[in-house]
Amino acid sequence: MAKIRLSEIAQARSGDKGDGSNVGVFVATPEHYELIKRELTTDRVKQHFAGICKGEVERYELPNLLALNFILHDSLGGGGSASLITDAQGKTHGLALLRMEIEA
Amino acid sequence: MRDKILIANGQGFWGDSILGPVRLVREGPLDYLALDYLAEVTMSIMQKLRSRDPDAGYATDFVAMLDRILPEAHERGVKIVANAGGVNPRACMRAVLALARRKGCKGLKVGVVEGDDILERLDEILAAGHPMTNLDTGEPLSTVRDRILSANVYIGAPAVAECLAAGADIVIGGRITDPALVAGPMLHEFGWSLDDHDKLAASTVAGHIVECGAQCTGGNYTNWRDVQGWANIGYPIIEACADGTFHVTKHEGTGGMVTRDSVVHQLLYEMGDPRRYLGPDCTADFTSAVVAQDGPDRVKVSGVKGGPATDTFKVSISYHDGYKATGQLTVSGPDAVAKAQLCADIVFDRLALDGVTFEDSQKMVEFVGAGVCHAGMVPAIDPPEVVLRLGVRDHDKVKVNRFGMEIVPLVTSGPPGVTGFAGGRPKATDVVGYWPALLDKDLVKTSVTVEEV
Repeated sequence: MAKIRLSEIAQARSGDKGDGSNVGVFVATPEHYELIKRELTTDRVKQHFAGICKGEVERYELPNLLALNFILHDSLGGGGSASLITDAQGKTHGLALLRMEIEA
Repeated sequence: MRDKILIANGQGFWGDSILGPVRLVREGPLDYLALDYLAEVTMSIMQKLRSRDPDAGYATDFVAMLDRILPEAHERGVKIVANAGGVNPRACMRAVLALARRKGCKGLKVGVVEGDDILERLDEILAAGHPMTNLDTGEPLSTVRDRILSANVYIGAPAVAECLAAGADIVIGGRITDPALVAGPMLHEFGWSLDDHDKLAASTVAGHIVECGAQCTGGNYTNWRDVQGWANIGYPIIEACADGTFHVTKHEGTGGMVTRDSVVHQLLYEMGDPRRYLGPDCTADFTSAVVAQDGPDRVKVSGVKGGPATDTFKVSISYHDGYKATGQLTVSGPDAVAKAQLCADIVFDRLALDGVTFEDSQKMVEFVGAGVCHAGMVPAIDPPEVVLRLGVRDHDKVKVNRFGMEIVPLVTSGPPGVTGFAGGRPKATDVVGYWPALLDKDLVKTSVTVEEV
């Protein structure tokens, strides 16, 4: 077991979903899909986004795309036009997830 | 019935590049051009414009864009479907008709879809016992009734198909959902039954993939170094078949790329529960889609399963929810972060001296350049400079404007190296609240009207 950055095996896209963001992350092989299903638990993702996400983290699986979809509730400083922060749409949350280190 | 049609999306949002639609019409074959102009906040801005001018309240960019592609699009037989009508589709239609006459587009038919705008009907609907409870908070709409700015039902593909069936070459609507701009032409061309949930779901998935324009052809792509030809990036085209399968592609010779990965990126965008993507016409199961590369810049999507729609429409309501202001300064090193923190403290301490305070949750302080976007994930650094961003939110407009006056004085009365005061003194702007709700479908009737040039 060695630590790798998620960005070495995965790609991601994120956007806004009310006052939260969604982060979709996907990999290229079934082996890597098993790996991210094991490593990217809602607890680990919530901990990784502790400085950004103030609410719950939900996870959905898309085995057909070798992808996971995360909803990070309360992560935009208020939704829509109420937000004052730079990334009010969570556009950079995908790349933020890819910074995570996982056991491979 | 044609067995294959080409539907492009040339506009991902109001403000997207005008080159998208212009190049889609000129650089290759096309049957339909879909254009998305609306977001929740856009509707409230448009209602405000309309309240000052009965001929305003639609996306004027749409008419400016048509000025570039008419009569060419008409001569090539490209039909256009856009939700550019905003809160005043009739005014948009009049502007398009006037433009088409000036351009000599004899015989061009311009259609309008109406019925999504329920702002004037709200009291009647509330009185009839439909509370339009906020889906996020559970509060009844009466809580914010006197502050409502806009109210629109998300309408789907059948209204678009009906307008096309009435002969429209250009379909102008209000709050037509983004995917329905693409799904509508498919429904019209292939004559699918509204009970054929799998096909409707497939057309929803197709619309979802292209609704943000170049975001599925290499834009916002993780491994961005793999993308070539950024300046002339191709906008996406759906090559749709009557059986519900489709290819995602782009015009030959354009930049960017259509790969399985570029399409998967966009499939995941703004996704909630992938097994139950709710649309006005069906539910779509995104976990059923089979996505495969099928030649260069060609991706095939098949196998999409769907289910029946719910008996409610989603309603997008916006309301006035106070004021906000943000301002920024650049703070150079050495010690850029420490000095920026001091500047932020000075601003709020001076305001307090003058009796103006804000709740902590309504204040924002950012040091852009020192790890704002990925807060808590990057090591603390001492950057050569940072941009200090400050903001506040409050229901008292006077207080918010008072805040805006205390930023620029830092240049002479704060620590050294403060510069870059861009954009003038920040002024209070409206905060627009978003109120998602549901409304029984039998309360909404859409209608279409078509006029010939």
